[in-house]
Amino acid sequence: MSEDNRNFELKIITPDRTFFEGEAFMVEFNTTEGQIGIYKNHIPMTVIVKPGVLTITGEEVRKAALHSGFVEILQDRVTILAEVIEWPDEIDLDRAENAKERAEKLISEHAATTDMARAEASLKRAMTRISVLK
Amino acid sequence: MASMRDIKRRKGSIQSTQQITKAMKLVSTVKLQRSKQRALNSKAYFNYMFKTIQSMLAKSGTISHPFVAGNESERKAVIVITGNRGLAGGYNSNVIKMVMRSGLNKEDLLMYTIGKKGREAFNRHGYQLAEDYSPMIEAPDYVDAMRLCSVLLNKYKAGEIGEIWFAFTAFKNTVSHEPTMMKLLPVDRDEFKPDGEEDEAPMNFEPAEDEALELIIPKYVASIIYGGMIEAVASENGARMQAMDSATSNAEEMIGKLTLQYNRARQGSITQELTEIIAGAQAIS
Repeated sequence: MSEDNRNFELKIITPDRTFFEGEAFMVEFNTTEGQIGIYKNHIPMTVIVKPGVLTITGEEVRKAALHSGFVEILQDRVTILAEVIEWPDEIDLDRAENAKERAEKLISEHAATTDMARAEASLKRAMTRISVLK
Repeated sequence: MASMRDIKRRKGSIQSTQQITKAMKLVSTVKLQRSKQRALNSKAYFNYMFKTIQSMLAKSGTISHPFVAGNESERKAVIVITGNRGLAGGYNSNVIKMVMRSGLNKEDLLMYTIGKKGREAFNRHGYQLAEDYSPMIEAPDYVDAMRLCSVLLNKYKAGEIGEIWFAFTAFKNTVSHEPTMMKLLPVDRDEFKPDGEEDEAPMNFEPAEDEALELIIPKYVASIIYGGMIEAVASENGARMQAMDSATSNAEEMIGKLTLQYNRARQGSITQELTEIIAGAQAIS
């Protein structure tokens, strides 16, 4: 493999906007099958996102909170279709921490009226947000 | 012939109506610009989504996932997007008419309405209404679309509804908007036939196709609902802009006619007065 270009094209699109477009050396995120990191020349694959931190390694390292979506991986191009994704500066830490406490309380109380799946999802969202900021 | 005063009063009332329609036109023009941009922004996401589903269905062959195969239920859920307000030309009634004439059996339908106008119309015609989502159209949000989508998918999975249809007004360009009705679930394979040699490298799926289908189809449905909402908002503003534009120019025309009539009446009355004075003077002399 030639040394000159080990970058691939990375595009992150959401229903509202193009979130990121540019070159990247590596991109990491959570999938339903576990955490993965992708370099150039990965085999073509489509994976489903699990909430977690998305790390883009290019000229600089950028992080984002990726909550849901799926990813199409081609050899020289990766496209992330993100339903919900946020840059760190779009996240309100206080709000996330409050949400985390609330969700934890709901889960520990385990009342019959609470929607457990929903509480867990909101806990995960809050934790993703917090871990992006830290 | 109407008196001068009557004509003047009428002209005044038309003028104030014209001011309103003019203002509404300006407002909807601005809103149209904004919603048009949003509709354009969301196109990229939707196109990718479509392509992915396409390659997934092409690869998955003959799997019989309920999202593709359908279930037993006769009930059909129909999501209909209209506006919350009128004065938009044929915008609302075109969508409503399309649903009513779609050939689907009225008794089987369960209406999920987004938009007050549609809800009122279907209620009047005795359709069975499900929840109302009218406030959603005021500020379309992806999270709202996801919520509606999960409500419907749960019903679909539980076998309470057998098909999900979606009716909205597609935004072609500023002057042309097309009422569109499509079946969301079960997914129609024919609609996703790959067109020609576009096929790139063979795609792997992780998890395997049927599991991926289970996870991606809800995202696909939500994205169509969201895209539909955005396009519908753009169409509504476009339709209102056109309607208000022609209302304004109609008012202009009427004012012109009335001004002419008014001037004639004024002249007529002056002529009459003159004749009377002259006649009076002649009688004295």
